[in-house]
Amino acid sequence: MITARYAREIPQRYRLEASRCAQCATVSFPPRLVCPTCKGRTFSTITLQNEGKLLSYTVVRVGSDKFSKETPFAVGIIELKDGIRITTQIADANLEKLAHGQTVRLVFRKIQEDGKAGILCYGYKAIVV
Amino acid sequence: MVGIVGYGAYVPRYRIKAEVIAKQWGADPEAVTRGLSLVEKTVPGQDEDTITISVAAAQYALRRAGIDPKEIGAVYVGSESHPYAVKPSATILIDALGIGPHVHVASYEFACKAGTEAMYVAYSHVKAGEMKYAMGIGADTSQGAPGDALEYTASAGGAAFIMGRERLVAEILFTHSYTSDTPDFWRREGENYPRHGGRFTGDPAYFRHIVGAGKALLEKSKMAPADFKFAVFHMPNGKFPQEVGKRLGFTKDQMEAGWIVPWMGNTYSGSSPCGLAAILDVAKPGDLIFMVSFGSGAGSDGFIYRVTDEIVKVQDRAPKLRQMLDSDKVYLDYGQYAKYRRKIKLNE
Ligand SMILES: [Zn+2]
Repeated sequence: MITARYAREIPQRYRLEASRCAQCATVSFPPRLVCPTCKGRTFSTITLQNEGKLLSYTVVRVGSDKFSKETPFAVGIIELKDGIRITTQIADANLEKLAHGQTVRLVFRKIQEDGKAGILCYGYKAIVV
Repeated sequence: MVGIVGYGAYVPRYRIKAEVIAKQWGADPEAVTRGLSLVEKTVPGQDEDTITISVAAAQYALRRAGIDPKEIGAVYVGSESHPYAVKPSATILIDALGIGPHVHVASYEFACKAGTEAMYVAYSHVKAGEMKYAMGIGADTSQGAPGDALEYTASAGGAAFIMGRERLVAEILFTHSYTSDTPDFWRREGENYPRHGGRFTGDPAYFRHIVGAGKALLEKSKMAPADFKFAVFHMPNGKFPQEVGKRLGFTKDQMEAGWIVPWMGNTYSGSSPCGLAAILDVAKPGDLIFMVSFGSGAGSDGFIYRVTDEIVKVQDRAPKLRQMLDSDKVYLDYGQYAKYRRKIKLNE
């Protein structure tokens, strides 16, 4: 994890800031430089709602190096109330009780650590409410 | 008048029972549970730390205060488990909550009273007229060395308080601090776990400082223990706060609402602040609250609060502390606990 890239992504990872196209109102999350719908380049910043529902999920039992000590954990696709879909880890999950359509809320958690001496990376995860 | 405009607390879902830790080290589970008056303690999830706990508590405090985060002029986080040795925890918190960048932040450290220090400084800024709102937070994910007496109690949680002048839920009427050089508990730079002076942590440390601050607070305010509806003290175990309250002249009834330690453990900087949050959850307009923290090293901060009519409007805007303590618990065995708390050596 490069610190400059992490810092650049703070608005979206910490505060769910998305871009809304000035021409066609398409909302992009994460924010984009060019609108995927109309190729517009002017945007306003909006904050997405932190509630939604679980559309789909999978349980990771063999994690990549950084997450190998946290298995098993769930990763899901969440549809936020604004209609935006995001992929995120599901924290504090009872894996036997996860189900499509459950109401979830995004919370602020530690996502990963850049080794023993590097920066700590935070962002959103979903919890079932 | 200056006081609290919003408060919030957060407790992780995970728990370990004192008897499980006792069995691990060959101690008598019943004697440990009875001796400490402690049933279980909270444990942070693997992705939780003092920063994430502070953010969760501060979010609830903002919900109750109903203010624009941009109007907060200072955020102080008191903890003895700040994730970074150099980089204030509140730098991350303010960006997560949309406070700042026009904001003053700092990390406070003073063993278990860092949270009330943060609250005291936040309160003083508002009282001085420097800013409209300031937030003080006490949060910790404390650790005791494996097999040490502290391992039974060191737990995780935190509480946040937004200070202001308008629409107060509780006025701060009086404060008093009492500090001395008392080496009852410390951690040297680079050490993983703190050391403590065993029995020396009792009378010369905990009791002397809380009684010192408490008596001065009663004198200053010209109030008597019987005037208060609630009292809360730092809770290193179940017994000490009950005993120190008795020495100051408070009854068990006055201490009941804030006495969360049997099911929460000692949340260090978050201990008496979480007790205060539990009291505010049930307080009624006009109630007086007496609070004295304790931090080893050593010192105590005392506060007298008077609850206002606003309290009933905000109590249900965010989860209450006892609800969080009683619901959705996930119990860990000692092996899982050792993994969660990173007590197991791994290949780097
Ligand atoms: Zn567009």
